[in-house]
Amino acid sequence: MAALRPGRKTLLPVLCRTFTGRGCQLAPERGTERRDVAPSRISRFCPPRKSCHDWIGPPDKYSNLRPVHFYIPENESPLEQKLRELRQETQEWNQQFWANQNLTFHKEKEEFIHSRLKAKGPGLRAESGQKATLNAEEMADFYKEFLSKNFRKHMCYNRDWYRRNFAITFFMGKVALDRIRKKLRLKQKKTSS
Amino acid sequence: MELECTAVTEDSMAVGKETKEEKQWKEMKLSVDDLPGILARLSKIKLTALVVSTTSAGFALAPEPFAWPCFLLTTLGTGLASCAANSINQFFEVPFDSNMNRTKNRPLVRGQISPLLAVSFAACCAVPGVALLTWGVNPLTGALGVFNIFLYTCCYTPLKRVSIANTWVGAVVGAIPPVMGWTAATGSLDAGAFLLGGILYCWQFPHFNALSWGLREDYSRGGYCMMSVTHPALCRRVALRHCLALVALSAAAPALDVTTWTFPVIALPINLYISYLGFRFYRDADRKSSRKLFFCSLWHLPLLLLLMLSCKRPPAGSSGAGEPPS
Repeated sequence: MAALRPGRKTLLPVLCRTFTGRGCQLAPERGTERRDVAPSRISRFCPPRKSCHDWIGPPDKYSNLRPVHFYIPENESPLEQKLRELRQETQEWNQQFWANQNLTFHKEKEEFIHSRLKAKGPGLRAESGQKATLNAEEMADFYKEFLSKNFRKHMCYNRDWYRRNFAITFFMGKVALDRIRKKLRLKQKKTSS
Repeated sequence: MELECTAVTEDSMAVGKETKEEKQWKEMKLSVDDLPGILARLSKIKLTALVVSTTSAGFALAPEPFAWPCFLLTTLGTGLASCAANSINQFFEVPFDSNMNRTKNRPLVRGQISPLLAVSFAACCAVPGVALLTWGVNPLTGALGVFNIFLYTCCYTPLKRVSIANTWVGAVVGAIPPVMGWTAATGSLDAGAFLLGGILYCWQFPHFNALSWGLREDYSRGGYCMMSVTHPALCRRVALRHCLALVALSAAAPALDVTTWTFPVIALPINLYISYLGFRFYRDADRKSSRKLFFCSLWHLPLLLLLMLSCKRPPAGSSGAGEPPS
C-alpha cells in the first residue's frame, strides 16, 4: 500500500462552499498544509445553501473517522466560534493520529507477514496481487508487539482525547445555555414592548 | 465576492466517485422520529436488557416473598442506571469505536447525536435511576447502583486502554446487578448475594475471553490492552479456570440455602459442557474453539439462571398459606 503524500492536493482550499446569500464566512481548513504524515482526502463536498446544520461525511479511508463540515451562522458569537474552532482542531488532530496509526499498522503488518513467509518457505514467492497471509495465531506475535510498541503513544493520546472531549462538551453546554438566555431575553423584550 | 463550487476534475470517473461520496454526507439534524432508536443504541438496550434480567434473577432467587412493586422499581432503576453507564461509555470512546468493526455504527460515531446530548441523556437516566433505587427500594441497592456506574464508566472504560486488569474490573461490573436484585428483595448483602455475584463474575471470563480472541487485530491497532493480545495463554487459562469455578459455585448454591440439591445435579451437564469447550479453547487456541465457547456462554447463562429459579429453596418452615395447625 503506497503511502500518499499530502502535497498540493490538500492545499486545495475548501472551495466548494457557496455561502453567498447567507452572508456566512468561509472556514478555511487550517493546519492541513503542513501535515507531513497523515494523508486525508479533502472532500469536495458542498452543503446545500438552505442548510443551517453541520454535515457529517463517510468514514475516512485512513482514519476511519467521519469528517464534519461545520456550519458557520451569520451571527456566530465569540463563544460559538471558539467551540467550532476547538471542534475543527480536534477533528484534524484526531484525523492525523488515526490515519498515522492505521497506516503504520498496515505497513508493519505487511512487513511482518513478508518476513515470516520468507522465513517459512524461501522458495515460495508471494506474487503481486496474491494475498498471502498468515493465520490469526501466527499474527498474534505481531499484534502483541505492535500494541506494546505503541503503548506510550496511546497513553498520551488517551489523556489528550479525554481532555478535548470534556472541553468540547463543556463548551457545547455553555453555548446551549447562552442560546437559551438569548431566546429568553428576546421573548422578554417582545412581551414588554 | 462569490466563491463557486468547483469540482476540479478532468476525469469523468472521478466525478462519478465524487457524487457517490457526496451522497454519503448527512445533515447533522436530529429528528424526533429517529430519537428513540438512537437512544436505544446509545444505551446499548440489548445489553441493558440482559443486565436487567440478571437483576430480576437475583430478586427472584432471594428468600423473600415476591413483591411486584419493589420488583418493578428495582428493574426500572437498574435499567436506567445501565442506560446511563452505557451512554457515558460510548461518549468516552468515539474515536476508538470508529476504528473497530464491531462498534463503528454507534450513534456518536455516526454523528446522529451530539456529545452534549449523550451526556445529558446519561444524566437524565442516572439521576432518576439512582433515586428510584435509593428511595424506592433501599439505600444499599442505590449505593450499589451508583458504585457500578462509577466502576463501569470511570474505572473499566479508561482501564481498557491501560491494563489487562480491565477484564477483572469488568467482571465485577457484570456481577453487581444480580447482587442488586438480591439486596432489593432482602435489604442485605448475605451469602446468597455473593454466590449469585460470584456466578455472574465467573461467567464473564469464558464469555469475554472467547469473544476477545477474534478481535485481536482490532484491539492491537486500536490500543486496547486485552489478555488475548498481551497474554494469550493467560487468557485461555483464566477462561477455563472460571468455567470450572462455575461447577463449584453451582454445588455451593444448596449449601448456602439458595437452591435445593437438585440444582447442581441438573446443572452439571451444561456446566460440564461449557467447561469442556473451555478446555478445547485452552488447548486448541484457535478461532473455531473461541467462537464455540462464546456462543455457548450466550445460552449457558440464561439456562443456568432458569434452572436456579426452578430449584429455588422454598422458604424454611412454611407449609403454604395459612397458619400451621396448633
